[in-house]
Amino acid sequence: MTSREPVITVQNLVKRFGSFVANDNLNFEVYAGEIFGFLGANGAGKTTALRILSGLSAPTSGKVMVAGVDAGRNPERIKRNIGYMCQRFSLYEDLTVTENITLYGGIYGMKRNEIRGKTAALLERLQFGAYGNTLISALPLGLRQKLAFAVAVLHQPKIVFLDEPTGGVDPITRRQFWEMIYETAAGGITVFVTTHYMDEAEYCDRVSIMSEGKIVALDTPAALKKQYGVSSVEEVFVKIARPGQQLIP
Amino acid sequence: MKVILYLIRKEFLQIFRDRFLGKAIFAVPVVQMLLLVPAVTFEIRHVNLCVIDRDMTPASRELTGQLEGSSFFRITRKTFSEEEARTMMHRNRCDLILQIPEGFGRNIARGIPVPVQVGVNAINASNAQLSWGYLNGVIQNYNLNRLKKGAGMPAGVQLQQVSLSNRYWYNEMLNYRHYMMPGVLGILVLAIGFILAGLNLVKEKESGTIEQINVTPVKKYQFILGKMTPFLLIGLVDLAIGLTIGIFTFGVPFQGSILLLFLSSAVFLVGVLGLALFMSTFARTQQQFMFTGFFFIIVFVLMSGIFTPLESMPLWAQKIDLVNPMAYIMRINRMIMLKGSGFHDLRNDLLALVLIATAFTTLAVWRYRKTA
Repeated sequence: MTSREPVITVQNLVKRFGSFVANDNLNFEVYAGEIFGFLGANGAGKTTALRILSGLSAPTSGKVMVAGVDAGRNPERIKRNIGYMCQRFSLYEDLTVTENITLYGGIYGMKRNEIRGKTAALLERLQFGAYGNTLISALPLGLRQKLAFAVAVLHQPKIVFLDEPTGGVDPITRRQFWEMIYETAAGGITVFVTTHYMDEAEYCDRVSIMSEGKIVALDTPAALKKQYGVSSVEEVFVKIARPGQQLIP
Repeated sequence: MKVILYLIRKEFLQIFRDRFLGKAIFAVPVVQMLLLVPAVTFEIRHVNLCVIDRDMTPASRELTGQLEGSSFFRITRKTFSEEEARTMMHRNRCDLILQIPEGFGRNIARGIPVPVQVGVNAINASNAQLSWGYLNGVIQNYNLNRLKKGAGMPAGVQLQQVSLSNRYWYNEMLNYRHYMMPGVLGILVLAIGFILAGLNLVKEKESGTIEQINVTPVKKYQFILGKMTPFLLIGLVDLAIGLTIGIFTFGVPFQGSILLLFLSSAVFLVGVLGLALFMSTFARTQQQFMFTGFFFIIVFVLMSGIFTPLESMPLWAQKIDLVNPMAYIMRINRMIMLKGSGFHDLRNDLLALVLIATAFTTLAVWRYRKTA
């Protein structure tokens, strides 16, 4: 799993919006096949970085290589190699489950038969059999999130970016969602995930913690806990992500 | 190419799944044609006239009688009070005040010229001019009749004078419906294409679905063409509906080639859709788009020559019309339908539409950003 072969390399990444620095000189690597947790408080700059990595936003400066492609120079070429699941649900709610899958399959240039086969397999795997012809707007949140994830990896990308995929989802669905993440990673797709749930951070191979536009910690959960002398990633996070705030004793 | 087909299919699914839009698309042309074609007319009938007859002689009564006899005027009031007449005009109860002075009959019998005063409500300037013209005609007739009588000729005899005989070409009965219908078809296609396409793209921004599209390798031109094609087809279907209603309900003649009409409208629509999509790349909300879009539609329509002749617009306005697709399609539609003009007659207008369509579509593709 941890092959040490980087699929994402970020060097001196800076993103400014006017005078506001959203990403302040980020440097990190993500290895092929790992589950990389991208943590940080609200407004720390996670989504900004994620959007740059997926070619939706151009970096102000710095070098960002994603699956061998320069994100600053050639964002469109990244897009074939990645999947992306938005923080805000962004499949078409007025289309059915099957219609959404077909649309994205078509956009990624999959053949008609291939799409049909994939759709059937996907519905089966998600235990979605009954929902194929259901409009997304009628699906509960948990199912929507699972579907969005499935669509994001439909075309077998090298990397999938998940932006707070389990926000607002019930614990059982969260667990199932993480099983999907593990399966995906086991299938060779690198998973880059942001989350606010610290228990989820424990499931990651490595986590980075962002605070005020900077990466303030990056290591395996075990190493971080050891370094800070605490028993959970949550405590690590509280210690360093909000340096101005003290833990209530 | 296949990618575009998937995008087009998705748009159609969404449009026809929308209960309101799916029906409105077919209802709008019907309502617009049935409503606008007969309602929008410059013909004036029943101009309300208030007569102040201070003379009350057979001569003055003959004049008012002739006015009453024309289908154009309707005498709503006869009074001796100027005050009352003014109040009537002020309250919009009459549009014309005719004052026949005392001594009208006596003087006219002696051959002394008699001034008759007319007051015209000129809030609507063209109405005022037309009413004035009609009234002039009636007075002239009256004078002619007096001349004949003076010469001892019976009323039926033709006076020897220069007379104009005319024939109205292309719209012999001067039927305003024939004149308006081609223009209303243009408005129909403009409004449907512009609003549907523009709102559609902005809605994807509002709901965030465009983010998921932007992260795919879809090409910018594929996305824009995928947005344009469904509304192009819907616009042409609506044109067919409107045209059918126009021809069968209002008996508007169709002299030219239907194919040419649809071809021109298709080019026109591409321009309109290109502009709508270009503008929607600036708008963040549907409200923003509607506000600016409405402004454009009104300017396009009012400057298109549908209500007022282009030639009477100031020169600078005519220059602006060079980029107004509506001005071209208005002319093309009228020429094809009423005059039977062919490709050769319309080639300059068509070429202009092709240029406009290419320019706006290119702008839309260029302005649409997949990477912010």
